[in-house]
Amino acid sequence: MNSGAMFSKLAVQVKPTVPAEGRRVPEIPAKIKAEEVNFYYGKTQALHSISLQIKERQITGLIGPSGCGKSTFLRTLNRMNDLVPAARLEGKVFIDGQDIYARAVDPILLRRKVGMIFQKSNPFPKSIYENVVYGVKINSYAKNRREMDEIVEKSLHDAALWGEVKDRLHRSAFSLSGGQQQRLCIARCLAVKPDIILMDEPASALDPISTAKIEELIFELKKRYTIIIVTHNMQQAARVSDYTAFFLLGELIEYDITTKMFTNPSRKETEDYITGRFG
Amino acid sequence: MHRHFEVQLDELKDRMLCMASLAEKAVHLSLEGLNNRDESKATQVIADIEPQINDLHLELDDRALQLLALQQPMAIDLRLITATMKINSDLERMGDQAVNIAERALSIMALPQVKPLIDIPRMAEIVEKMVKDALDAFVRRDNELARIVVLRDDEVDHYRDQVFRELIAHMIRDPRCIQQALDLILVSRNLERIADHATNIAEDVVYMVLGRDIRHHAEEKALARNEKTNSHN
Repeated sequence: MNSGAMFSKLAVQVKPTVPAEGRRVPEIPAKIKAEEVNFYYGKTQALHSISLQIKERQITGLIGPSGCGKSTFLRTLNRMNDLVPAARLEGKVFIDGQDIYARAVDPILLRRKVGMIFQKSNPFPKSIYENVVYGVKINSYAKNRREMDEIVEKSLHDAALWGEVKDRLHRSAFSLSGGQQQRLCIARCLAVKPDIILMDEPASALDPISTAKIEELIFELKKRYTIIIVTHNMQQAARVSDYTAFFLLGELIEYDITTKMFTNPSRKETEDYITGRFG
Repeated sequence: MHRHFEVQLDELKDRMLCMASLAEKAVHLSLEGLNNRDESKATQVIADIEPQINDLHLELDDRALQLLALQQPMAIDLRLITATMKINSDLERMGDQAVNIAERALSIMALPQVKPLIDIPRMAEIVEKMVKDALDAFVRRDNELARIVVLRDDEVDHYRDQVFRELIAHMIRDPRCIQQALDLILVSRNLERIADHATNIAEDVVYMVLGRDIRHHAEEKALARNEKTNSHN
């Protein structure tokens, strides 16, 4: 090979570098659209005119101090707030273009599509196997035992728990560690085939190793699910989420790509909160 | 716990200012040594100041790294710490360049003077001002001043080219002065490098203050790309 040919080959391999500011990001479709959402607990207004679009198959982190409305907002996305007496919502929430507060929408079906993981793992007092198939059974998703076995294996596998529990599926769920119980709850959520997973501080009661496993799992799940995670842990939001929304006193202060939010936020309030200079 | 972090950040800034004033002093003394043929000043840079700069270089990197690892700073704090690390190495290189100038000054002193220095002191004045302004911009978080520093870099490059041309002409006329002329050419090169480090510092200050990267004309390029995209739409 002569040197000319070598150079031309090299020239092909060199990609022009584009600085971050100029990088063009492919437009990701919105999975969820909230429009002018106000939310009231009785006379107390918890959310003030929240509008934001949550991108499909991305991880969106909701951050903000206690009482800022981030969990309330999360719960509006699968109508969990319907269960709160005297709670009232104004505005619209669309999932896949459908208004989820429309009269025709069955909240039970909605919650199947929009699964939820809580801060404290809440396995049922049943076996590991029964926990995973619980939703499948009540929804009659599986025709027979073999199908149920398949769903259990797949869900536990996707929740990165299969390897640790495959030999003791019929032991009590309470025999598992805290981190394993949380992953069991994730498996239970995945078993009913949701599109969207809401997570309300899913790792705040876990040790660092279990936390790392959950975060790794969230990252894997992003390939197939749209994930919204509420967290008090700023580093966790920075590590796992693609987009971050900052709430303060029931208002959405800033919503942007996570790297931008944590290196150079646009709003002073965001800056003060994430650098811990609040108040 | 947070107050502790703030104290540590302040300490980092204080030590950074020590580093900055030492680097500034090294440049200044090396040039005084050159201009006034003052051996003691040149020697002071080499034997006394540069070793202090090296110690601080290590210390500052260590402090910054510890803050990154232990405090996981965000936003302005993150930008301050990363800018400090980068400015730290620019200051250390500035110290090295000051040593180079001091060494050239000692070499020149040992030989008869060929001509009075004209352009090099002028160039030195601009470079010292750039260094001072870049560091003031850091201290005052003044991105406007930082941008002015960046713009002056071309002026220094222009002087360097002029010094090159003039000294080459000198060498052609009188080959006996080649040693001194070469020394001065190297000095102009060292000064130009110091201006480059000042420019780097100024660019880091703009990033620190605004979170905007202006290196390698990144801003203009992004603007041009946006205009291109807009004109397509």
